[in-house]
Amino acid sequence: MDHAIVADGLIKRFGDTTALAGVDLAVRQGTVLGLLGPNGAGKTTAVRVLATLLRPDGGRATVGGYDVVTQSHQVRQLVGLTGQYASVDETLTGAENLLLIGRLLGMPRRRAKHRARELLAEFDLAGAADRAVKGYSGGMRRRLDLAASLVGRPPLLFLDEPTTGLDPRARSELWELVRRLVAGGVTVLLTTQYLDEADALADEIVVIDHGRVIATGTPQELKAKTGSSSLAVRPADSDQLPTVVSVVGELAGMAAEVSGDLVSAPVSDPQVLPAAVRRLDQAGVVVAELALRRSSLDEVFLTLTGHPAEDADATERSPE
Amino acid sequence: MTAPALPSPLTDYTPKPRVGPIEGLRQSLTLAWRTVVQVRHNPWELSDFSIQPIMFVLLFTYVFGGAIAGSTSEYLTFMLPGMVVMNMLFVTLYVGQGLNTDLTKGVFDRLRSLPVARWAPLAGRIAADQVKQAWSIVLVLGVGMALGFRIGTSVLGLLAAVVLLLVFALAFSWVAVLVGVLAKDPERVQIFGFTALFPLTFVSNVFVPAETMPGWLQAFVDINPVSVLADACRGLMLGEPWFTGSLTAAILQVLLWAAVVLAVFAPLSVWALRRKV
Repeated sequence: MDHAIVADGLIKRFGDTTALAGVDLAVRQGTVLGLLGPNGAGKTTAVRVLATLLRPDGGRATVGGYDVVTQSHQVRQLVGLTGQYASVDETLTGAENLLLIGRLLGMPRRRAKHRARELLAEFDLAGAADRAVKGYSGGMRRRLDLAASLVGRPPLLFLDEPTTGLDPRARSELWELVRRLVAGGVTVLLTTQYLDEADALADEIVVIDHGRVIATGTPQELKAKTGSSSLAVRPADSDQLPTVVSVVGELAGMAAEVSGDLVSAPVSDPQVLPAAVRRLDQAGVVVAELALRRSSLDEVFLTLTGHPAEDADATERSPE
Repeated sequence: MTAPALPSPLTDYTPKPRVGPIEGLRQSLTLAWRTVVQVRHNPWELSDFSIQPIMFVLLFTYVFGGAIAGSTSEYLTFMLPGMVVMNMLFVTLYVGQGLNTDLTKGVFDRLRSLPVARWAPLAGRIAADQVKQAWSIVLVLGVGMALGFRIGTSVLGLLAAVVLLLVFALAFSWVAVLVGVLAKDPERVQIFGFTALFPLTFVSNVFVPAETMPGWLQAFVDINPVSVLADACRGLMLGEPWFTGSLTAAILQVLLWAAVVLAVFAPLSVWALRRKV
């Protein structure tokens, strides 16, 4: 089997809201697919459909070759789910939570206990094993959530915004755990609103906005697709900023962006750098910095959706 | 031994097509165990549903007892079987509260994402509640006995009464399930309890005989399942003169009520739950 997860035209409506308007995606076995989009884009709905928690209104999807609607029980045996809505029990201890899941998966008591201890040690939670989860820090809580989804050693892992709200250290620790799992052969579907997270972890990225896939590709392809790089110029004398803005804008064929005294614009023609040097020289601009940078995923996102990822994040989080 | 706990490739997996009923039952019991562990971690919850009934028994016996029945011991004997019924109804609310907490905190989704029987999470909740239920029945009876309540029939009669109470509690739990599914947060489940269960239990023959009430109210008291159940318990625990008439008829009425409540609220709850998640 080549593709571990396939979705074909998934549609899901909630009343008048269309959360998924025909989502297609395919995840090759043993790889990480990053489902990238702002809050409210439909990422979580897509994961919930694929994890059999929601029934799609249209389209179909298979996970591990099993249909998520008609063979949901098989799908649930293959998938480990980690998301803020699929939570562990806060009143139980970390060990009890993992033991509970092991028992529910049909493990004999001793094996379930052993597996719980093993996971707690692996996720650096051994010291907190017998404390109620209520008292865990955000990072510990997220590691336990991840551990909980791994009790049955599932070959597929759905991580729905696994690092939202985590501090940078906890975040990179979680990334490391995900990389280790992938190295062990697990197929991962990861949703995130952080572009750097998709860039760091995903082999392939699907960008969705308003329930639609608006771009698909490897992080490199996506960057190349949307103006492969960005031309950045910093004049030595900030009085010359207007001249630089007009030169860069002309070369890029679109309005240049100014942040501080750095002028930048997305460009696709590699010949632009020598041209920029010539034109700036002709205009008598003394350049402090001149660079052709590969564009970041943030810029990609802006180009694709027409709105920056961070803005969307801020506006669409508030109603929740 | 600390071998890295890593899963193997997809091709090694041969998932089963469904869960057998015995497996489902085992999963339900595992989930019931979880609820019992919760109580162990949070003993305050136990005192929540222990202190209130103890206080009620004391208040009703010593404050109202003399005025209503002429003597506190007389009143205790009359009222206690009904008090057990009332307390049983309130304890069913814990099913709703627990379910609501699971739904709002996301535990329910975690359980549904696991390959367990579809009915196991609910069944586990309700089964665990029967443990609390049994505890609260024993508690109220124990307090009553400490104050002078005596069984007038036999141990067998007492056991039959407890079984009847648990059967009705099982059916009535589905009302609590529905409330738990529909309520926005666990606190509102409690609010429902106070606004719906207090009238239901007070407009009954639990605390006073219905004779002094207006006619239209008496009509309600007579068919109120709380009265019917309280009567059956009096019959099973005390016998005459506290209960007159056919004990078999009273028990059948209780079972009929339980069946009606179950038939209405179980499908309704499952439907509401499906809509919600």
